[in-house]
Amino acid sequence: MPLLKSGKIVDDVWAFVEDAHELSPGGCITVSLARFLSEHEQLLHRNRTIGVRLTNTDDPALLGPFLDQIHLVELQFPKYTDGRAFSQSQLLRRRLGYKGEVRAIGQVLRDQLRLMIRSGFDAMVIDEKDAEAVYDFSEHEFSEFYQSASDAQDTIFLKRHRKRQEKAAQ
Amino acid sequence: MYRYDEFDETLVRERAKQFRGQVTRRLAGEIKEEHFKPLRLQNGVYLQLHSYMFRIAIPYGQLNSARLRQLAMIADRYDKGYGHFTTRQNIQFNWIPLANIPDVLDALADVEMHSIQTSGNCIRNVTSDHLAGAAAGELEDPRPWCEIIRQWSTFHPEFSALPRKFKIAVTANTPDRAAVKVHDIGLLMKKNAAGETGFEVMVGGGLGRTPYVGPTIRDWVSKQDLLSYLEAIMRVYNRYGRRDNKFKARIKILVHELGVPEYTRQVEEEFANQHAWEKVILPQEEIDRITAYFAPPKFENPPAKSAKLDAAVAADRQLARWIKNNLRPHKVAGYTSVHIALKPQGTPPGDCSSAQMRAAADIAEKYGYDDIRVAHEQDLVLPHVKLDDVPSVYAALKAAGLHASNAGLGSDIICCPGMDYCNLSNARSISVANEIQSLFADPDFEDEVGTLHVNVSGCINACGHHHVGHIGILGVDKKGEEFYQVLFGGRADEHAAIGEIQGPGLRHEEVAPALKRVIAKYLELRSSRTEKLADTMKRLGQAPFKEALYASA
Repeated sequence: MPLLKSGKIVDDVWAFVEDAHELSPGGCITVSLARFLSEHEQLLHRNRTIGVRLTNTDDPALLGPFLDQIHLVELQFPKYTDGRAFSQSQLLRRRLGYKGEVRAIGQVLRDQLRLMIRSGFDAMVIDEKDAEAVYDFSEHEFSEFYQSASDAQDTIFLKRHRKRQEKAAQ
Repeated sequence: MYRYDEFDETLVRERAKQFRGQVTRRLAGEIKEEHFKPLRLQNGVYLQLHSYMFRIAIPYGQLNSARLRQLAMIADRYDKGYGHFTTRQNIQFNWIPLANIPDVLDALADVEMHSIQTSGNCIRNVTSDHLAGAAAGELEDPRPWCEIIRQWSTFHPEFSALPRKFKIAVTANTPDRAAVKVHDIGLLMKKNAAGETGFEVMVGGGLGRTPYVGPTIRDWVSKQDLLSYLEAIMRVYNRYGRRDNKFKARIKILVHELGVPEYTRQVEEEFANQHAWEKVILPQEEIDRITAYFAPPKFENPPAKSAKLDAAVAADRQLARWIKNNLRPHKVAGYTSVHIALKPQGTPPGDCSSAQMRAAADIAEKYGYDDIRVAHEQDLVLPHVKLDDVPSVYAALKAAGLHASNAGLGSDIICCPGMDYCNLSNARSISVANEIQSLFADPDFEDEVGTLHVNVSGCINACGHHHVGHIGILGVDKKGEEFYQVLFGGRADEHAAIGEIQGPGLRHEEVAPALKRVIAKYLELRSSRTEKLADTMKRLGQAPFKEALYASA
């Protein structure tokens, strides 16, 4: 399945290593939160790039102290109607200030893309033939929003008055 | 009334266009029904027993003549000439083919209406007091805050795939006419010790299969903090609400399973942890801008008593009865609020024909400052009518068959569509409601019984609010046969209470005769003519009424 990063199809260099499996010596790997928390000293000191795969019940705040050393957080959509990862993503971006990649995995469908973009996901594994076009379409389907979120702060509530102020200034 | 600016309009137009695209993909088979379902639901489209049912939002129940006429046009052009007003200040159409719904969305956008988030697991239409801005004794008009919540909740990126549906109601009045204590979030506007107006916050009320009266989790939150506090409530729910079992997924179950103190602690912690940039704080000028749309109309200064009305009352007994039952006190002397009860004998409660919609629109335009509300009792309301105009309003309503004089009485029944329309339902509800109505066919008898809320649901999902009726009726299916359980003691107001099931279910034909015995018992036992049935039951307990319910005829 194609991996979209910022709307473009890219190669996926990451591999998830199950808790029971040995870690390979190099490369980009993601591990579970439990494994990360118990082995973070070894993981972060080796010559490799580390990501963490959260389950929907994991608390992103536990990653707080390590977020500047983590390059990828994977969040899961077990079903596309399960929106817990939207809250996890908002917490990572806005509460914890995480700047690395937030990737959606699981049941990712085109009609959620806009919510994902707004919630701070910059990557997603999506089963779509024309993934880039679908992403581009979703990104521009709505031109305004009422809520500030991870993608932007400039809400309708604020814009209304900026326009008025500009008019008044003219 | 709030009017869209270019931003609101753009969003609603873009949404209509989006759904048109999704419907096209669905009809072309590019999208499976399973994946289409949440998309259509968030646009108010249910798959019902006979066809798709389409639910249109009437935010906090506010209409004007242009909107009501457009609904009439939709009823004629796309449906069978009528619509059904619901208990959540929405209107439903039952017969619109899916392929036509995008056109209907465009027609709605033309009058600043939509069906956004009228179903699905998201924040639903915000409801309020149907007398907001008109009622005597109101602290202040709650509608600006309803509109602010409407905008904030529209396409919320974090809260569009919740564990389950989510309903918010706001009121600024006692008595509470918005049933805020049986909503996922109930907001009661009130002053704090310093005299500032804010909100008491109740969370986790609701009906359905596990009814609860919502506990207060915060006695007062400021206007400035309201949306940030709502985000904290929603985030705790989105993260921790149950998703393993649809029947345990509402926020009331989370609140109940955690316990109110622990749930409250989690919300307060989340609220306290919000950074300044996470807060949802509207500029004061934006609050002022929205509030200005709800400024009261330019009331004249009529005398507090209308000689014209008094003369009409003396001359017409029917008018006198309608006035006694269907008018509500207004905050301005010489004015009143008029209930248009959509509950004439023998019709589905809440149904309204296109001709009646147009008539109500004309009357509102001519006599009612172009303001029409939908009440959660499935009635229409003209909030601002001059007492002098009341006889003319009555005559015009009568000409349209909208003059049922039963507002708040035994035959003003709240009722879901039941098995006649709904594929969740276990039993017919409309026919039972009609049989109960016939107990009150004699207007003198109905007036003698006085205030009485009978609520009828065709299944445990409780769309007919049976838990909070003074008398509640719940249809159940037992081995393919319809039975009806009877509940006593419910109320939806500021003393909200969940009714108790009295015992074994009754057969369809047994319900009305059994209630007839209960009402006779009430008339026998009440302490005075002013003691309402609900109060007599409270004073004496339910036992004598239960005995009457099950006494053989």
